Amino acid sequence: MMPDLATHLLEIIQNSIAAGARNVCIRVLESIVSNTIVMEVEDDGKGMSEETVRSVTDPFTTSRTTRKVGLGTSFLKGLTDACDGSLSIESELGKGTTVTAKVRRDHIDLPGMGDFGEMIMICIQGAEECDIRFEYGVDENRFLFDTAEVKEMLEGVSIAEPEILIWIRGYINEGIERVKEIGL
Amino acid sequence: MKSLEDLKKMREAALNKVQMREGGKDYRVVVGMATCGIAAGARPVLNRLVEETAANDYNCVVTQTGCIGMCIYEPIVEVFGKEGEHTTYIHVDPDKAARILEEHIKNGHVIEEYTVDAAVNGGK
Ligand SMILES: Nc1ncnc2c1ncn2[C@@H]1O[C@H](COP(=O)(O)OP(=O)(O)OP(=O)(O)O)[C@@H](O)[C@H]1O
Repeated sequence: MMPDLATHLLEIIQNSIAAGARNVCIRVLESIVSNTIVMEVEDDGKGMSEETVRSVTDPFTTSRTTRKVGLGTSFLKGLTDACDGSLSIESELGKGTTVTAKVRRDHIDLPGMGDFGEMIMICIQGAEECDIRFEYGVDENRFLFDTAEVKEMLEGVSIAEPEILIWIRGYINEGIERVKEIGL
Repeated sequence: MKSLEDLKKMREAALNKVQMREGGKDYRVVVGMATCGIAAGARPVLNRLVEETAANDYNCVVTQTGCIGMCIYEPIVEVFGKEGEHTTYIHVDPDKAARILEEHIKNGHVIEEYTVDAAVNGGK
């Protein structure tokens, strides 16, 4: 159903945006040393009650009115279960939510990374007013991207202009490639 | 290698364009991006819509929405015109998306065969 890790994360970020987050922090941290990939989405959206947190990986939990099952988080749970990993959801009503998924990096059932540049581009496109930070790392090397910085450079021009979105996609993917190369 | 400095130049170019086109865009192109849409392939569709709009400077803004409530028809692209007229395209793939922009946005013709009405009315 979900072709790659970026698509899984996109789902989780869309939930943050739907929860009214103004700030979303996304981290994808690979570790060759400990053979893990940690993916984390932290938001300052409306948060969930303890009960919702407990039930959120169950597909029958959704606040949608158009359809009876929620899919995003249960798909991610399926991934972490299948790949020797774990999923943790920490949330507080009125404060925000942090979803952390950890998987074994060399697990045979782990899908590919996918296109993180495109993932961020899609998030910005859908929620221009939200500030999105993206961090990608391989062991101690890091690439950082922050829409707040971009918006400052653009002064008055929308970050959702298609030319800008495409530039951002390329900028992020170049940054990721560079971190991967240093890691080798 | 790209650097954040590139944005300065892009900003100038964007400002010039905005001045030229005063009064906003005529069409709104909306993609359903809930899980059902994404699982069905809405991601490459949105990607292509953004690319083609940038490359051809089409007279539309591309935006996203959640679950439209017709999951079996995803990926769905809706086109809203200035007079509030509205077309729902279903089972859209990246190539169909490019054609919708070219035919509908640029030339003003609805592509009937891609619409939900064609599917519902048995217009096979
Ligand atoms: N970051 C979040 N902040 C607040 N509530 C959340 C968050 N993530 C999930 N939820 C709550 O958990 C419910 C279930 O989420 P889930 O991703 O499983 O499905 P959904 O978003 O309802 O639908 P789908 O993912 O299929 O489009 C949501 O409807 C929402 O109420």
